[in-house]
Amino acid sequence: MGKVEEYPIIWLQCATCTGCSVSILNSESPTIKNILVDEILPGKHLNLRFHPTIMAGAGQAVIEEMEETKQRKSGSYILMIEGAIPTIEDGAYGCIGEKDEKPITMLSAVESLGKEALAVIALGTCAAFGGIAAAHRNPGKCVGVDKLFKSLSIITPLINIPGCPPHPDWLVGTVASFLLNGLPKEEDLDEYKRPKAFYGRLIHENCPRRADYDEGKFAKKFNEPGCLYELGCKGPVTYADCPLRLWNGGVNWCINAGSPCIGCCEFGFPDVVSPLYQKMDVEALPIVGRRIEIE
Amino acid sequence: MNKIIIDPVTRIEGHLKIEVSVENGEVKDAKSSGMLFRGIEFILQGRDPRDAQRITQRICGVCPTSHSMAAALNLDSAFGISDKIPDNGRIMRNLILGAAHIADHILHFYHLSALDYVDITKVGRYEGSDAVLSSLRKFAERGELGPFVPRYEGDYRLSDDANQEVAAHYIEALSMRSKAQKMLSIFGGKMPHNMGVMPGGVTMVPTTDKIISFIWRLNELRDFIDRIYLPDVLAIAEAYSDYFEIGVGCRNLLSYGSYDLDGKESDLTKRQRLFKQGTVSIDLNVNKLDITQISEEVKYSWYESGSAETEPKFGKEGAYSWIKAPRYGGKVYEVGPLARVMTNYVGHDSRVKELVDSILSKFKAEPKNLFSVLGRHVARAVETKYIADSMHDWLLQLKPGESSYVDYSIPDESQGVGLVEAARGALGHWIEIKDKKIANYQCVVPSTWNLSPRDDRGQPGPVEQALIGTKIKDESNPFEVVRIVRSFDPCIACAVHCIKM
Repeated sequence: MGKVEEYPIIWLQCATCTGCSVSILNSESPTIKNILVDEILPGKHLNLRFHPTIMAGAGQAVIEEMEETKQRKSGSYILMIEGAIPTIEDGAYGCIGEKDEKPITMLSAVESLGKEALAVIALGTCAAFGGIAAAHRNPGKCVGVDKLFKSLSIITPLINIPGCPPHPDWLVGTVASFLLNGLPKEEDLDEYKRPKAFYGRLIHENCPRRADYDEGKFAKKFNEPGCLYELGCKGPVTYADCPLRLWNGGVNWCINAGSPCIGCCEFGFPDVVSPLYQKMDVEALPIVGRRIEIE
Repeated sequence: MNKIIIDPVTRIEGHLKIEVSVENGEVKDAKSSGMLFRGIEFILQGRDPRDAQRITQRICGVCPTSHSMAAALNLDSAFGISDKIPDNGRIMRNLILGAAHIADHILHFYHLSALDYVDITKVGRYEGSDAVLSSLRKFAERGELGPFVPRYEGDYRLSDDANQEVAAHYIEALSMRSKAQKMLSIFGGKMPHNMGVMPGGVTMVPTTDKIISFIWRLNELRDFIDRIYLPDVLAIAEAYSDYFEIGVGCRNLLSYGSYDLDGKESDLTKRQRLFKQGTVSIDLNVNKLDITQISEEVKYSWYESGSAETEPKFGKEGAYSWIKAPRYGGKVYEVGPLARVMTNYVGHDSRVKELVDSILSKFKAEPKNLFSVLGRHVARAVETKYIADSMHDWLLQLKPGESSYVDYSIPDESQGVGLVEAARGALGHWIEIKDKKIANYQCVVPSTWNLSPRDDRGQPGPVEQALIGTKIKDESNPFEVVRIVRSFDPCIACAVHCIKM
């Protein structure tokens, strides 16, 4: 048995619903067992040192494990961030735990761990862009990692893997590419730091109901065949490979279940694609999706 | 008095802190604190009511399906179509919800709870030829044991063989819970956050190929439940039988009932459901459900009191949680699988009674012993079987090719209520519509009940009560505390909600 290289991972959960983690548990091939236990590629093992939903330990011991990883593996661990980061009242609305009876805010954890990581993956639309937590009124003044890093002048390489939730393949494929080829090059990511391999095409381009759209055959209510555009489908402005990749091990995906795409991978979701079930205003199309500038 | 603080409590959903004060080895006081506030209900205000159908699922990615059911029932009611959902739609919703409960319960027992009872590091001693166990041994030999250590050390009671066997089941259960989510996505489109459940029914028409695919995935899960899950729960109960006496709690249970068996009764508290509506006490007194008895209190929560809306107020004097304190008739109630199973048990559901009694007799225990850590695990496993078996019958009631959806228009002004059972317990959504928009949306969620802080009268919440009085053997490895807390399957993203009813 040759030497196995360990790749330490710290997985922070911030203002999240944990749906991103649950989606990754659904990874089909490799399975989550392959990801956690086996050499995911020959001689390479992902060493998940901190994950609130999975790890055995609790309390101060796991906080110390996280801090020790930061110190001992500085510059060599991957930081996964799930959920947006509440910034209101210095981050007091969201804490990941405490040390010596002092709460550790998500804000301070993302800052201190983010600075010293080899790379950061913002997993899911909330971590990437603010998402649901940052939707209008944004009670916790939540932001995505990119915006936060810019405001703190943190320059650690960042990859966004949006989706509500993201498809497990999008994360696994991104990590495998890193293990084989190193960090993505500039041309591998789009202007939202999404890997083009997964977010390179519109849903609309590959939709199995595209012929219905082209022929003007539109469903007027749910249960009907035809293109779902008039029921509010956001496929024409959403970049993701769902129609080709399918979900849950290829069993189904939104539009095959007769449900319009709600644009969950896009910057500004859910506000820019709301109302979700209202036909998009054609005039509004140019401002939706990739054409929006990141603040 | 020694203070034990566990923050974060892991292997739950969300951000929870538990603090207990221990004197002479016994818990004298306990505090449960939710540590994240997002304010989803504020986010819902002003939106198209149908958007609640998708956005409320994002309250929780572990139990989104339950929120989608509560939202659909709530919107059905606000749109005046509660009694018009086609049978196909009603049944497909039940199947989607059932698949979610199976996935959640398998996840809860194996991946969130089992490591409190099973010494998974014993895979390092495995000498056989099983491929999964051999790969686990290889993992152990490499020496980087995250995420399985650090952990509490000491009270692991199973033999090496049993530890290894359940470790292998932990791995098998990972694929089983994933399989249940695949099954869900047959009608739901995808998981997490299904797309199929809508006000009016379900977006797709059932077809024979989908039904048969669902049936055979379900059969595989039923086999796992019978052959692996239930026996593992009983094996752990055998080794840790003192936990039939630990974590009793507040002695009152509440269930909204779930899985509609009839679609014509608009009042959800009267609708015929697989799990019945009601409350049950530890003396097995049963009462009818009256939702006007529900209140929410905020004296010990980080919210401004007294206004029409509850605004966040971090740092409020005396407060210690983002979770509010829901109460029923001013009293403390536990919700969850135990409440559902006991409501049916006392309601003479012969199938549930038979399953429960066979387990009680095995342990020479009485129904009151189910008000405990192990009772909650047993109830969860029993209902998983009950739901999965029932789903098989429902699949055969679907009419392929026929409608599962009824259309509607959004009223200018209306109100609605949706009551259902999430995996973790009673879940209610309420809506007020003005100018065809959401004026107010309110969720009262299972873990808000179970993980609640003290109420205005100072009564501790169910988990707090379950902890108080517990003997702690080793204060640096407080297994008792985490076993009690996890037996409630806390879901804190769900629990934190803020708008006044």
